[in-house]
Amino acid sequence: MFDNLLQILGLSAFSLKGFGPILLQGTWMTVQLSILSLLVSVLLGLLGASAKLSSFSLLRIPAQLYTTLIRGVPDLVLMLLIFYSLQTWLSTLTDAMDWDYIEIDPFAAGVITLGFIYGAYFTETFRGAILAVPRGQLEAATAYGLTRAQRFRFVTFPQMMRFALPGIGNNWMVILKATALVSIIGLADLVKAAQDAGKSTYQLFYFLVLAALIYLLITSASNYVLRWLERRYAAGAREAVR
Amino acid sequence: MIELLQQYWRPFLYSDGQHITGLAMTLWLLSASIFIGFLVSIPLSIARVSPKRRIRWPVEFYTYLFRGTPLYIQLLICYTGIYSLEAVREQPLLNSFFRDAMNCTILAFALNTCAYTTEIFSGAIRSMNHGEVEAAKAYGLSGWKLYAYVIMPSALRRSLPYYSNEVILMLHSTTVAFTATIPDILKIARDANSATYMTFQSFGIAAIIYLTITFTLVGLFRLAERRWLAFLGPAH
Repeated sequence: MFDNLLQILGLSAFSLKGFGPILLQGTWMTVQLSILSLLVSVLLGLLGASAKLSSFSLLRIPAQLYTTLIRGVPDLVLMLLIFYSLQTWLSTLTDAMDWDYIEIDPFAAGVITLGFIYGAYFTETFRGAILAVPRGQLEAATAYGLTRAQRFRFVTFPQMMRFALPGIGNNWMVILKATALVSIIGLADLVKAAQDAGKSTYQLFYFLVLAALIYLLITSASNYVLRWLERRYAAGAREAVR
Repeated sequence: MIELLQQYWRPFLYSDGQHITGLAMTLWLLSASIFIGFLVSIPLSIARVSPKRRIRWPVEFYTYLFRGTPLYIQLLICYTGIYSLEAVREQPLLNSFFRDAMNCTILAFALNTCAYTTEIFSGAIRSMNHGEVEAAKAYGLSGWKLYAYVIMPSALRRSLPYYSNEVILMLHSTTVAFTATIPDILKIARDANSATYMTFQSFGIAAIIYLTITFTLVGLFRLAERRWLAFLGPAH
């Protein structure tokens, strides 16, 4: 139908040649992968940040090692390293334990890998944000008799979010753009769909540009949401300038 | 592990006997794209803060495009996309440029890092101290002299911490070059992996090399910051 409409308008050069559904599926894959990796990495980031700020060196040192090593190595190298090794490790484990062979689903492996990598970046974001919450707030919460969990839920978390949001937004954009790399490890994401469509129609340029535009659309939309969130979490914060 | 190193240390570091590979290739990609990106981003960042819309908007649009899309797609467009166009292949000059993987890769990388660098520098220009600029104007500096002697030296210094970040991100981004058949560190690691099936060791060596470059760059930038940002430190 879409193609017919283009033909009527004399724009048949912009037809998707029947690759619309595949591109849509690819886009959906990219979005799913980004959001799930974001969730995993935020969780790991919160854990990592608490470990890094902990008074036990047994927690602090591994967390320090995690952030330094992961952030020092390119994401693509880590992706290939973890993605290909994960299966080998699991097979060794199942062999040793005499379990049945478990095959890792590439999608799950992709989510775990991306989440693990960007968890290190989120650790740093959250660590900085937690440190930016004034000490007096925490002391007051303790003085009111709040438990550790309550203190985090009602005092630290709402205040640190304001400081963490720009970093979260940045990391989200980086994750979104990093998902373009999963086609290298064989996932059928937007890039893969565009390449397939382009190769079989001999219009690689057109389909790649189309994929780029879809990415642009997603990043622009997220920019919009982030700005809204920033305004929301800045409620009650006074600004000297403006 | 030892055999792997014995067999592959040379390609991992500088050459596979025919081409420059591995570390040398990665460093070349990094420095070439960073150098071009830096040179182009200076005029662009000045244009980016121009009060005239028709000067500011094209630059804004360019950085929006290149920062909003993944580098991998940009590389694919440069390397496979453009060359698939008939019009490009028919033109001898464009044909010879885009047929070479190296040209395409450096073009994509330079365009990408230039967009980010432009934003960093223009941000630093915008956060210039008003008094400093007014004082310079009062001394009769105007136009390009104002930029050359006052604004740019100050803006470039203050953007150093962000710029170092961008350089390290660019180092990490150079890994996609292997998809355009450029034999960088990661390409050698993949070759080693497919020849020996020692996945963890092959990619592990690559990871260690990248980690070393990252730490070296961080150290160098820290030295640079101590020299050029000394005025921001505590008073003696």
